[in-house]
Amino acid sequence: MGSGSSVNANYKYSLQKSENAFKAAVLIQRWYRRYVARLEMRRRCTWRIFQSIEYACEQDQIKLHNFFSYLMDHFTPSSSKERDFISRMFISGESFKEAELEKYCDYESMEVPDSYTGPHLSFPLLPDHATALLEAFKQKQQLHARYVLNLLHETRKHLKQLPNISHVSTCYSEEVTVCGDLHGQLDDLFLIFYKNGLPSPSKSYVFNGDFVDRGKQSLEILIILFTFLLIYPKEVHLNRGNHEDHMVNLRYGFAKEVMQKYKVHGKKILKMIQNVFCWLPLATLIDQKVLIIHGGVSDTTDLDMLEKIQRNKFISVLRGKKRKESNRNVEIQEVNGESNAEADPTGNEATPSLPSQPRPAQAPSMANRLEFSRWVRQTVQEQIEWCRRLVDISESEDEELTYSSMVSLADLDGPCWTRQEEWKQILDILWSDPMPQEGCRENTVRGGGCYFGPDVTGKILEKYNLQFLIRSHECKQEGYEFCHNRKVLTIFSASNYYEIGSNRGAYVKLGPDLVPHFVQYQANKTAHTLTMTQRISRVEESAFRALREKLFAHTSALISAFKAYDKDNTGRITLSNWATAVESVLHLGLPWRMLRPQLVRTTADGMLEYKSWLDDLAMEQRSQEHIQSSLLEVIYRNRSNLETIFRIIDRDHSGLISFEEFHQTWKLFSSHMNIELTDDGINDLVRSIDFNKDGNIDFNEFLEAFRLVKQTQ
Amino acid sequence: MSDSAFTVFFFFFRITSAFLKYFSCLLLHLFWCFYCHCTQIGNKSIGNSSVNLSFAFPMFLFADGAVAEIEKKIIEAFEVFDHECNKTVDVREIGSIVRSLGCFPTEAELHELLAKVEEEEEPTGYIHLEKFLPVMTKVLLDRSYRPIPEDVLLHAFEALDENKCGYLTKDELVKYMTEEGEPFTEEEMEEMLSSALDPETNTVLYRDYISMMIVDEPEDLPQ
Repeated sequence: MGSGSSVNANYKYSLQKSENAFKAAVLIQRWYRRYVARLEMRRRCTWRIFQSIEYACEQDQIKLHNFFSYLMDHFTPSSSKERDFISRMFISGESFKEAELEKYCDYESMEVPDSYTGPHLSFPLLPDHATALLEAFKQKQQLHARYVLNLLHETRKHLKQLPNISHVSTCYSEEVTVCGDLHGQLDDLFLIFYKNGLPSPSKSYVFNGDFVDRGKQSLEILIILFTFLLIYPKEVHLNRGNHEDHMVNLRYGFAKEVMQKYKVHGKKILKMIQNVFCWLPLATLIDQKVLIIHGGVSDTTDLDMLEKIQRNKFISVLRGKKRKESNRNVEIQEVNGESNAEADPTGNEATPSLPSQPRPAQAPSMANRLEFSRWVRQTVQEQIEWCRRLVDISESEDEELTYSSMVSLADLDGPCWTRQEEWKQILDILWSDPMPQEGCRENTVRGGGCYFGPDVTGKILEKYNLQFLIRSHECKQEGYEFCHNRKVLTIFSASNYYEIGSNRGAYVKLGPDLVPHFVQYQANKTAHTLTMTQRISRVEESAFRALREKLFAHTSALISAFKAYDKDNTGRITLSNWATAVESVLHLGLPWRMLRPQLVRTTADGMLEYKSWLDDLAMEQRSQEHIQSSLLEVIYRNRSNLETIFRIIDRDHSGLISFEEFHQTWKLFSSHMNIELTDDGINDLVRSIDFNKDGNIDFNEFLEAFRLVKQTQ
Repeated sequence: MSDSAFTVFFFFFRITSAFLKYFSCLLLHLFWCFYCHCTQIGNKSIGNSSVNLSFAFPMFLFADGAVAEIEKKIIEAFEVFDHECNKTVDVREIGSIVRSLGCFPTEAELHELLAKVEEEEEPTGYIHLEKFLPVMTKVLLDRSYRPIPEDVLLHAFEALDENKCGYLTKDELVKYMTEEGEPFTEEEMEEMLSSALDPETNTVLYRDYISMMIVDEPEDLPQ
């Protein structure tokens, strides 16, 4: 009553109100912060999923090559057909002499039609050519095959003069820009040039490998990089990456891309590129202080050795270890295989290639596999004598010879290192990853190179008086990352690598003070307009799709693992056991309990009915129902291996292999993958996909039919 | 939960599971709890209850099924943020870990929690798993920092909406979030606005916003 108390009342009221506002604000903030933390967790889990799947795939690749190496070591084909078939897989690069290579990849005779509207190149190249190319590629034009081959020839000529380790000095151009993996993402390269400027006498660039594979414009990137390399040879430096390797290209899409874009001349282009990749320098040194390599180092890395080895001998670094003695045997086989291949160019006749050896043809697959390897071992002894005789006849090699690493024609006056040691040096440089713990151990995740710790880094830096290392090879969320106490820098230039919004790309600039400055970017406009939530959800969806597919591919293994926890056969297991079982089957090292809500939707009081869950997974993968589900599972699990083997068999990259080769492929495949497939199973498979019209199988259709080829966006 | 109630709870919990197997451990645990209670060792207060954390200590002598499962979840979440694979995380990530395990602490509560898990001598900026695990396990067993139900959240927004018009203007939201309560950083504010703000009207239609955000959350609380 009176102003006093009403002021009091007002005061109390407003106090109450602000208290309420305070409480409400705290509540909302509390809730929101929790939401953001959840997003952060999801983002990291998604990242882990992508990385572990990616590395598991690389591991597969190496296993495949170890298998081939084993075969190389122990297998001697007896009939010419067999020899031809198997040798195709071994010889990634045919042992062309220089002259033969020039003749095979000749471009002079190619005519450029008047209807061609793309850029014309003439040598020596000028800056105008580069800008014309950039423009053309922006307009999605294609460079004529003649110019591509010409460019590759010139590039190869240039690269041959370069040492294994390039030297860059910051006193000529003020800054050096180092870019990491590009992986065929041309938009990222355009963005880098836009932000940083084109290469020029005042702007040096170092591109640290992995220009190709996965992205859809690997060839365009190569063309641009090689063009600039030729125009500004002192300013542009390229390092070899683990993807500058023919065997890897067969699996990860570059070979496919070239064949699709150049249907007539693709094969020649691929062959040329193989012989260009092997001439790429292995490392770059800036001011003798900063070492740039693609992968990393190991405790045995020896820069002096690296400088002296003949790098072009290693067309594919993924060749397995070979005993020196057996090299010659295989070399002889190669020579024979070669001559046979040339004599019999259309070796795709659909006659049964089972030789006249006493071998059960229609036995169950298990016996087949054993028989196969037994037969393999038998014939080796028989053939050694024959090979030895041939060795005496062989002549010493030509200096210019280009051959795959498995061939070691006598290094008569070669260096004092074994092929083995040289190979390991290069493998370590291109495939290793840093790890936080000390020491140096085998990189079992990738299957090649090693994991090196901060002590290894320290030793290398000290030994060669370096300040720090720059490497790429691993995708990083922010495009770059330091480790080992800022002594190792990872730079990754392919943004949105896993999925739109998954990561930024970056490049680093170094001035004479060698202090790194970073520029980050993301080459997709949509990525910018998405909110954080949308970005994360999108990438997450992609990751979980891949993960579910992997789970499906291991259905039978999962069922047995679940059954082990379900002794009473109730069909249900606890969620805790689910997590343990899944990890024991997939070995991906993922936080399964965190991921569980996205993978397992319905649970009844904390228990999961695993059979119906697996059925749901199967339904998500569209498939041909009449193919037995276990077979499908096998195909899914090994699909990149299957595709790679097919592509190796299909030497002329036509997309067709004969029915016979298909059969042989399956046998090889099943013996490697330890799966049981009866011949009937294979026949059913083939019959269901109407192949046998002309004795040839369009394996692209085969892969499509089983959704083995990833749908491109 | 009060101290004695906690003790009783644990006593009961032990009895109902594998009694004979844990008999000796049970006695040990009871002795321990009694000892702690008498000597007031480890008595701390969390929120508005006071609990003796040390009671939890012997729990791990006989990690039971449920407790083991909770521990596994915590370790998994911890390892996601453990970049160096050496069982430590940056102290700034603790908030994310705690929250992603289903808890909704305020910043103040989080600081209290941090005080328990930080190194006593001098803070190194890193938190060790061995310190974090028992504390977090207790948090989860106690169901501290309960989630906020949708309707409570709605009331909170309505409380800020003075004119009861069903939306907040951008300025209003910014003012409340950056000046009241436990203020947002600029980054947090920007991020919230990017998804909450309706670009056409420049307002936050909070009902829709809440429903959208809740949908995104799969049920995942580790219980």
